[in-house]
Amino acid sequence: MHGPSPQPKKRLLRLKLNGRWREDAVAEQELLVDYLREVANLTGVKIGCDGGECGACTVLVDGEAVPSCITLAVRCGNRSVETIEGLATQGRLSRLQRAFHEKLGTQCGFCTPGMIMAAEALLRRNPNPTDDEIRGALSGNLCRCTGYVKIIESVQAAAEPPHDS
Amino acid sequence: MTPDPDADARGLRRGVPLIDGIEKVTGRARYTSDLEHAGALVGAIFRSPASHGEIVRLDVSRARALEGVVAVVTGEDCPHTYGVLPVAMNEYPMARGRVRYRGEPIAAVAAIDAETAERATRLIELELRELPPYYTSEAARAPGATLLHDNKPGNVEREVHHDFGDWQQGLAAADLVREATIACEEVNHAQIEPHACLMDYDPITERLTVQSVSQVGYYLHLMLARCLEIDTSRIRVVKPFIGGGFGARVEVLNFEIITALLARAAAGKVLMRLSREETFLTHRARPQTDITIRLGMMRDGKITACTCDVIQRGGAYAGYGIVTILYAGALLQGLYDIPALRYNGYRVYANLPPCGAMRGHGSVDTRHAFECLLDRMARDLGLDPFAVRRANLLHAPSRTMNDLMINSYGLAECLDQVERASRWRDRLGKLPNGKGLGMACSHYVSGAAKPIHWTGEPHAVVNVRLDFDCGISAFTGAADIGQGSSTMVAIAVAETLGVALDRVRVVAADSAVTPKDNGAYSSRITFMVGNAAIDAANKLKEILVAAAAAKLEAHPDEIELIGETFRVGSGGQASLPFAEVAKAALVDRGAITVTGAFTCPPESQGGRHKGGAVGSTMGFSYAAQVVEVSVDDATGAVTVDQVWTALDCGHAINPLAVEGQIQGSVWMGMGQAMCEETRYIEGLPAHASLLEYRMPTIAESPPIEVHIVETHDPYGPFGAKEASEGALAGFPPAFVNAIANAIGVDLDALPVTPERVMDALIQRRRQTRLATRLKAAS
Repeated sequence: MHGPSPQPKKRLLRLKLNGRWREDAVAEQELLVDYLREVANLTGVKIGCDGGECGACTVLVDGEAVPSCITLAVRCGNRSVETIEGLATQGRLSRLQRAFHEKLGTQCGFCTPGMIMAAEALLRRNPNPTDDEIRGALSGNLCRCTGYVKIIESVQAAAEPPHDS
Repeated sequence: MTPDPDADARGLRRGVPLIDGIEKVTGRARYTSDLEHAGALVGAIFRSPASHGEIVRLDVSRARALEGVVAVVTGEDCPHTYGVLPVAMNEYPMARGRVRYRGEPIAAVAAIDAETAERATRLIELELRELPPYYTSEAARAPGATLLHDNKPGNVEREVHHDFGDWQQGLAAADLVREATIACEEVNHAQIEPHACLMDYDPITERLTVQSVSQVGYYLHLMLARCLEIDTSRIRVVKPFIGGGFGARVEVLNFEIITALLARAAAGKVLMRLSREETFLTHRARPQTDITIRLGMMRDGKITACTCDVIQRGGAYAGYGIVTILYAGALLQGLYDIPALRYNGYRVYANLPPCGAMRGHGSVDTRHAFECLLDRMARDLGLDPFAVRRANLLHAPSRTMNDLMINSYGLAECLDQVERASRWRDRLGKLPNGKGLGMACSHYVSGAAKPIHWTGEPHAVVNVRLDFDCGISAFTGAADIGQGSSTMVAIAVAETLGVALDRVRVVAADSAVTPKDNGAYSSRITFMVGNAAIDAANKLKEILVAAAAAKLEAHPDEIELIGETFRVGSGGQASLPFAEVAKAALVDRGAITVTGAFTCPPESQGGRHKGGAVGSTMGFSYAAQVVEVSVDDATGAVTVDQVWTALDCGHAINPLAVEGQIQGSVWMGMGQAMCEETRYIEGLPAHASLLEYRMPTIAESPPIEVHIVETHDPYGPFGAKEASEGALAGFPPAFVNAIANAIGVDLDALPVTPERVMDALIQRRRQTRLATRLKAAS
């Protein structure tokens, strides 16, 4: 009496994901977060809420931090999408990743990928942010463990000019 | 059992990053909903639309008939209750006969995808005969109210009446007696990871493999065996990475049992991911609480007696309730010297999702009331808030009137530290208009000395293994939920043995591999598991030292292991590297596994009075804090400018993690103080999203300066006590006291919303006007 759910219409999505071009057939309604997690297997992108509340799913689209849970995958055609998995290159943690690790900007770690991606977008456009600028850029990312103190310290540490020794 | 003197050189005193931190910052860490689930069915839960009613008809046939649906389960599939307290299991995974809160699970579906599962739940037909719902303690306790549970008259789950010392005499002898009535709203853990579990039932071997967000895999294991009638040996519980707990996941939660029932019915694997809204419904958090507290005090600030009445609105089922209402009374003691105390506690049923344990379990709301009243009385007597606390200090070792052990006590030093750091004496009363300083103290247990599931076994067991690879593996059942407990175990083992931290691997929380552990609750892991880890490491060290002594032809007492090198005597010439000694030790016996254990002795397990075990612990942490606020008297908005906290954690095994835990707990107290509250409209959660449930964002979170006080507890591992909960309860009263200091208004309700501040200000202006007019008229 009730048939299976009707098959949604799909489109071919071509995008640059963590530096590599790829193509996938995705449903028009498919959210970017589901595409990243279920199709591309990038489970570093987290789902912490029912849509646009917590920032755990933050990724970069053409360098800009966006919540992937309220972004349609098909809107990313021919664009560059970066997730936490793309940050460590050639076996090295990025400056932000290292700072979050060493300064304990991460406790349970669930908000961490989104937090780091939001901070990454900030540092790319503003390499030396003030305390208020850090707070502003991360105000859409909720953390329940740290009280944010060590998150701010982590971003500050990553923003400092590298010491060549 | 002194810490390795070489630790400083290895940076341990500054603290080390989490041993699983790299997984977290790279996105490699797999949380439950990230687990490989190819071929898994997806679960969805059908929930009660009403707050209270009898199930007249439940028809799942249309859901079952939907293509893509593999299994449907209802209350009929599980006739067993479950619950965290053996004496109070009165909840079914899915309602049987009666629903008691809006959102209570009634049936569940496993289907080929989430959309089909959702569609199927909409095809379930339910007919209820509604019963009167009660949303407040008062309504539930009113004469003639329908009973939620037939054996609980007055809808009171548990009454507690404790009398210690002559409180009447104490009040009569006091120079000042004052009372306060304080109300605290229900708050939520709101851990960022929504609830999820992956249950894999193999019908051929009849085994169940469980991966879930649980803080206590052991309870989950027991309850699944009970509810599914499976032998415990056929169940394996594995903990993935967990995105926060704060008490939310200590109790077994209905969705975990439901998903296991679905997996068995579907003969396969089922993934259940609750929405954020459902996660809020499935909460077990801090109950709405009404407190009436009275203190007697001498002119010098010495407390003569305390009486306290507490009513907690516990929700529809027992859960942890009995323990919460006992904690609320028991932990009035243990912070100060209170010579006489009367406590009346009432845990009340209401038609709302059940409450449970949340960080600072049971202690936070009563501590808030106590510390606010203490400040008001200090003001009446012209005493400084610090002076009134110092007039009531305990000493160690001692026992409180309700038989709690005080084995180390650093509150005096905590007070000194925050007084100095905040420049309290220079600044109090000299701040610009609208700014204020407030302070308060708090404490918490380092693990419940008597576990809930009392078996007589040790409180903690850790296995340590050494094999041909010369790696050391520590096996613990303790659940690292982000607090850094696995890192603590690694440090305890490395420091005891005198080896590099990265030689130690920690394998945690897999029932097939790791020894049973009572789990992540009551801040027990550092104290209990830390001690067990040290015990195990010492046993391994003994074996290694014997092997080294044999090779070096020396007596074992002469052998020292420092920096991975075995030497004869300090500064001795003869030495052997770790790997050589390890291989020598293996020759005799092959792979070495040693077991370490820790047990809280009977004398630590509380008094003989009813409920006396709750609150008992081997070591209390102590905290003091100062909060600076700015109050905008045009809008009622309060800003926290700065917090200074000092916490006596005995010894900071990992100072970096201790600091992080203290900051996080202070901040969580700030959320409860400033803005967090759950709200129900006719039983419907109106707060069930991270936008509606307002917690502080990074934009409004203040700097939190941490001072670690080390009293070297005689029983703690390296002298350590807990560090994750003790500071929380001090924030709300320090905050309210700071507001009183800023604008001269005492606030009696949490959270302190701008509306509440404005109401209080308007009321005061009215009173002032009235007084002026009366004066003019006379």
